Amino acid sequence: MRSSAPPSVVPPEAPRKPRRHLSVAGLAGAVVVGFWILMALIGPWLAPDDIGSMNGDAVFAPISAHYPLGADFLGRDMLSRILQGAPYTVGVALAAVLVASVGGTALALFAAARGGWFDNVVSRIVDVQLSIPTKLLALIMVAAFGSAVPVLILTVGIGYMPGAFRIARSLAVNVQAMEYVQAARARGEGLGYITFHEMLPNMLRPVLADFGLRFLFIVLLLSGLSFLGLGVQPPAADWGSLVRENIIGLSEGAPAVIVPAIAIATLTIAVNMMIDGFAGRKRRGGE
Amino acid sequence: MNSHALRLIANRLGVALLTLGAVSVVIFTITNMLPGDAAQAILGQDATPELLAALRTKFGLDQPSYVRYFHWLAGLLHGDPGHAMANDLPVAQLVGARLPNSLMLAAATTAVSVPVALFIGISSAMFRGSLYDRIVNMATVWVVSVPEFLIATVAVLIFAVKLHWLAALSRTDDIATLGQFLRVYAMPVLTLCCVIVAQMARMTRAAVIDQLTSSYVEMARLKGVRPVRMVLSHALPNAVGPIGNAVALSLSYLIGGVIIVESIFNYPGIASLMVDSVTMRDMPVVQACAMLFCAGYLVLLTVADLAAILSNPRLRK
Repeated sequence: MRSSAPPSVVPPEAPRKPRRHLSVAGLAGAVVVGFWILMALIGPWLAPDDIGSMNGDAVFAPISAHYPLGADFLGRDMLSRILQGAPYTVGVALAAVLVASVGGTALALFAAARGGWFDNVVSRIVDVQLSIPTKLLALIMVAAFGSAVPVLILTVGIGYMPGAFRIARSLAVNVQAMEYVQAARARGEGLGYITFHEMLPNMLRPVLADFGLRFLFIVLLLSGLSFLGLGVQPPAADWGSLVRENIIGLSEGAPAVIVPAIAIATLTIAVNMMIDGFAGRKRRGGE
Repeated sequence: MNSHALRLIANRLGVALLTLGAVSVVIFTITNMLPGDAAQAILGQDATPELLAALRTKFGLDQPSYVRYFHWLAGLLHGDPGHAMANDLPVAQLVGARLPNSLMLAAATTAVSVPVALFIGISSAMFRGSLYDRIVNMATVWVVSVPEFLIATVAVLIFAVKLHWLAALSRTDDIATLGQFLRVYAMPVLTLCCVIVAQMARMTRAAVIDQLTSSYVEMARLKGVRPVRMVLSHALPNAVGPIGNAVALSLSYLIGGVIIVESIFNYPGIASLMVDSVTMRDMPVVQACAMLFCAGYLVLLTVADLAAILSNPRLRK
């Protein structure tokens, strides 16, 4: 929250082609994230078993040649369940983060350019929303609007929009004071040109780093909701729901409980490594 | 303490109260946005227009929404946030029975996590760049970026399933000895601590390093002060404010964390009450729990800001 003070200074002499100092960890993170995004697109077709193939003898089966990741509480292949869950965990989170970041950044650019009462009103609303913990806001909204997938995307997207707005606004205000923006304004360029050709390109790197961080928080929030039974509803299942539906297997130490949780961890840790690798400097802490 | 600092503090407290008021409007609006109300929910299939109208009059649902908002707010302030729809019990009674459990959990977590986090944070700042610092850094990043339920399930797997040291579920009603107390609280507290300690240690480290890079520390180093003494007697006193700020901010993560932790361990606190009520769409209970959590969150944010204000030496003249 307030801890993640947005970077107050935009590097004024941002070079046209920023030298990407790619670390090994950053590259490894990017590979894993890319893999999961690919699985979100084609995973369900790769799954060896379909969702209905239950096997009563294999309930909570351990890892074996036939069940590479064990079997779940109905004796279904966990590998297939994970692959079928990928579009929900990765896809829904991506959609929500797009709502949050694009919405927040657009609102911020508009508020910074427009100034005056609009900026004031939006900023105050954002302040109020930031004083409700995101997880709590999500719970209230699920209680009110239910948890169909489009509703979830909007709920979480709106929940994380204020943070994106805050960061983008402080960046926009800084960039706006730069000479090249004033020069463009003096040339008589339109608001659209200034926003998209002068300001946005110079805000892109921190905004993208924030996008990654926000994606991470959204994955955690959505899987937390599903774990509570308030997210993606059966028969569809994201990785959080998979942990929930197999939780009774925990006392037997079944892999079905821990494997989906580890899948989430690989995704979120990879995102983290990627942000560090690409953004070059550490910017982490709050939501 | 001069009048300027006092004015800042009064200002901050006023902002906190105003924010809480605005938050209550947001919560009330969201929970009342959808069509369909308590009267419909209670009557269900038997709803006839006459019965609906009668029940709405009884609950005051026929009044405009701002009247209902102020009615609800007045109830909250008097400690009567209405009745639960599920069992018609007073919400105050439901919440009151569980609030001490949640506060106990929060207090135990705070008592364990603050000393551990301060130790880790300060020591990793002292040995910045060392192997120890790098390991701490990596571990804390990993812990904050995995879901709480992964930590909780791993803890259950290790301590309850493999080692049989602890029970997987929490029951608070049969605590008589210290041993039983530890057995019940160890798992939820351990899980919560993992998240909070990681968060707090990172922020403490940043606060101490911030001081260590300032010019007066440079001066002390040039004078030949030993590194340990430099951190403990030069940098730390100046980092107390930022550290207090970091502690309060990290503790606000408790509010998100307990929601998952109480549910997974079946711990009878208000977070699990709220999750159950969200599942059943029992709005009066949801509203009351949400207000409690938001109030707690705002208190911590305000304390964090006050720590920052009070530690600013320019305001202490």
